[in-house]
Amino acid sequence: MNKITAHYLQRFCSILFLACLGSINSFAQNQPEMADTMRSNGKIYVVVTVCLVILIGLFLYVWRLDRKITRLEKNQ
Amino acid sequence: MRKSWWKILSFLILVYTIVAGFLGDVPRLFILNETIRNLYFHVCMWMAMMVLFTLSIIYSIKYLGNNNYRYDIYAKNYAAVGVLFGLLGYATGAIWANYTWVTDQGQSLGAVLKEPKLIGAAIAVLIYCAYFVLRGSFLDMDKRARVSAVYNIFAFSMLFPSIWIIPRLVGSLHPGAPGSDSGNPALNFKDIDSRLRMVFYPAVIGWTLLGVWIGTLKIRLELMKEKSLLHE
Repeated sequence: MNKITAHYLQRFCSILFLACLGSINSFAQNQPEMADTMRSNGKIYVVVTVCLVILIGLFLYVWRLDRKITRLEKNQ
Repeated sequence: MRKSWWKILSFLILVYTIVAGFLGDVPRLFILNETIRNLYFHVCMWMAMMVLFTLSIIYSIKYLGNNNYRYDIYAKNYAAVGVLFGLLGYATGAIWANYTWVTDQGQSLGAVLKEPKLIGAAIAVLIYCAYFVLRGSFLDMDKRARVSAVYNIFAFSMLFPSIWIIPRLVGSLHPGAPGSDSGNPALNFKDIDSRLRMVFYPAVIGWTLLGVWIGTLKIRLELMKEKSLLHE
């Protein structure tokens, strides 16, 4: 008797487990893939920093160009 | 530091665009996935281009009104920076389309080449390229300024059908066209997500101000170079 109950329990658990797996699988399929790992391990901050460095460099360059032209205009 | 607040504003907005554009929350969409963030960069190139072309035509009309050579220089340089932004928009769009239309949707090259938005944008930018060819073909300065000002008005009017009207009438993979909601959800101004708006609208202003800034630098240089021609 005990053995049979354990058997059914085991079967029930395995079905439940499979159902869970299936639902996870379908959940993953219904959800568009995003760069969540990039965000969870913090690597996205590297991209943001790199882009900010480029932006700051670009603006410093244009700013200096602006100053140079202003100086030329004054000297004229 | 005279009147340079808008240059600083442009810098601050673009810092915000990059930080919020990469770290901010965006809607989860199929096919587009994270590439929806290109909205803050690719689309802004076109918006900046339109503003620069508008500035250019305003100065062309002003030139025709009073024949002040200074306005011809303004119109020419704003158009030049506008073409630069158009080419950047085209290049970024090609990369984006490669990963969303070709790779993920399996569109053929033929289907992509038939895109009305792509053809229209190419026509628009090429018409502006012809503006510079036209300018270069005149030796007489006054004639060059007058004819190219008239041509600039024609070039701007061609923007209406080529990038604003036809792509909205014809079915297309590109967002904003009728039928584009089948499999390519994105920039319909009606349903664009409020999280995207928070970054997108400031980004348009930031990129546009940067374009205008570069334009003014080119103008100031040329004004200095052509000083003897300006009656001032």
